[in-house]
Amino acid sequence: MPGDIFYGNYMPEKILNQPVLTEAATQAAQHAATSDFFITGLTVFVLACFVGYYVVWRVTPALHSPLMAVTNAVSSVIIVGALIAAGPALINTSTILGFLAVVLASINIFGGFIVTRRMLQMYKKKEKKA
Amino acid sequence: MTALLSFAYLVSGICFIMALRGLSSPETAKSGNMYGMFGMALAIVTTLFLLPNIIPQISYNLIIAGVVIGGAIGTFIAYRIQMTALPQLVAAFHSLVGLAAVFVAIAAYLSPEAYGIGVAGNIHGGSLVEMGLGLAIGAITFTGSIIAFGKLQGLISGKPVTFPMQHPLNALLGISIVGLIVMLVVQQDVSIVMALTVVSLLLGILLIIPIGGADMPVVISMLNSYSGWAACGIGFTLQNPLLIITGALVGASGAILSYIMCKGMNRSIFNVILGGFGAEAGGASAGGSAVDRPVKSGSAEDAAFILKNASSVIIVPGYGMAVAQAQHALREMCDLLKKEGVSVRYAIHPVAGRMPGHMNVLLAEANVPYDEVFELDEINRDFGMSDVAFVIGANDVTNPAAKTDPKSPIFGMPILDVEKAKTVLFIKRSMASGYAGVENELFYRANTMMLFGDAKKMCELIVKSIGGGH
Repeated sequence: MPGDIFYGNYMPEKILNQPVLTEAATQAAQHAATSDFFITGLTVFVLACFVGYYVVWRVTPALHSPLMAVTNAVSSVIIVGALIAAGPALINTSTILGFLAVVLASINIFGGFIVTRRMLQMYKKKEKKA
Repeated sequence: MTALLSFAYLVSGICFIMALRGLSSPETAKSGNMYGMFGMALAIVTTLFLLPNIIPQISYNLIIAGVVIGGAIGTFIAYRIQMTALPQLVAAFHSLVGLAAVFVAIAAYLSPEAYGIGVAGNIHGGSLVEMGLGLAIGAITFTGSIIAFGKLQGLISGKPVTFPMQHPLNALLGISIVGLIVMLVVQQDVSIVMALTVVSLLLGILLIIPIGGADMPVVISMLNSYSGWAACGIGFTLQNPLLIITGALVGASGAILSYIMCKGMNRSIFNVILGGFGAEAGGASAGGSAVDRPVKSGSAEDAAFILKNASSVIIVPGYGMAVAQAQHALREMCDLLKKEGVSVRYAIHPVAGRMPGHMNVLLAEANVPYDEVFELDEINRDFGMSDVAFVIGANDVTNPAAKTDPKSPIFGMPILDVEKAKTVLFIKRSMASGYAGVENELFYRANTMMLFGDAKKMCELIVKSIGGGH
């Protein structure tokens, strides 16, 4: 399988899904993994909020519109989740939803970054008198 | 290898931070945007590398089709959109992020194995809560942004829509969302997911419908923030740090912008969210306004004469300038004045326009150099030393009642002190009061001259009179 080279973190998941382990053990182990991530995730979340707070306060008010457009484009990073949903070869409700989410997020990514660029290209300094 | 992929996610997170960091000055903003694009491309490529690892039988058809279709639509819209329609565009884009979050959350519920959060029918409780929150916020963002789009585009009345029992109803919906998420944890049933989606969609509509058109800067910033929190919720569900980082950045950005906008109107965020502003006030002052006060009105020639003989002019643009698309004519007028040796600067109120920074973009579009454009606190003291304040499409943000009349609904709002200039020129279509429904006493002052007409036509006429018509 081509994926095998990326075993790493995903190995426990794969092993846990083997029928050898009892369902209870699987659940317990997965539960532990989930709550572990919650603390990590929360750490990341809180720190990112602080970074966001300080970075955004430094944005000049003249560029608040581009800020909205670019944050909009960036929040479409949710496409990462959509790609996973749209991936399976077997098409069902979940892959269709994934596909739709990929379309929507792509509209945003392309639209958001391009419109930001268009805006930023218009901002010019006063020309020095020759 | 997985470590490498996680590292790639970290790099793209940093790129997003750099993209926002770049916006601290127009000079660094463009390279910041490049960082953003690179970060996004890296995130997508990384995920594509990761996919074969998570999905046993993979097909790239839907993914490629989705990116191509979405990319084409996005590119087309972004190149075609007019800068005056920017607020609508941003609102529409927010709605897409919201809907994408809803789809991803439901997809994760239907096939949790792919996301490593359990098996169908037996998803971990914590993941369900995160998923539920992401779904609810996404749905609220979706319908809320659609309503905001409708109001900005003029498809729905910009007036606040209020009805009895509005707030209790919203509170009830909010409580049901919490209740449904709890139910979802207890009993995993697809019907609860559907109910949660429907209730959240409804709440999104009801939250935005009572908010009036000129409060849209706050609404758009708020929805911007929501779309970030929705991404965060999905990030926790998918256990993806990049989504959490990005969601938090966007959430913080939207929240700060909402705060700045609220401060610009001296209103609390709750006051804005609860809505209805301008509805009652408008009725009251329409009845009690003193009509038939003498107003000095002038022609384009008069204005041209005053402007030409001034030594310093401050332009105060507002939403009316955007509506009339007057920015290009205005810039032409200012170029002529500069040729005559007049110093011309622009003063921008934080809440001018329909989104944060709206006026700055429009002026930039009309080739006004950004170092001639100043924020309220930078320029407000200079009005006293200026010969002319030229108000174009703004009204409430210049109303001295905000400082003098404690009974006024806009009392306490920071205003541009245009009345301190020697002469105030006011371009307006009619004597109608502004959005807040308050009469502007400035119209009746001795040093004010009203220029009645369309902002764009008036600027063009002034250009002709100054001598640009030849």
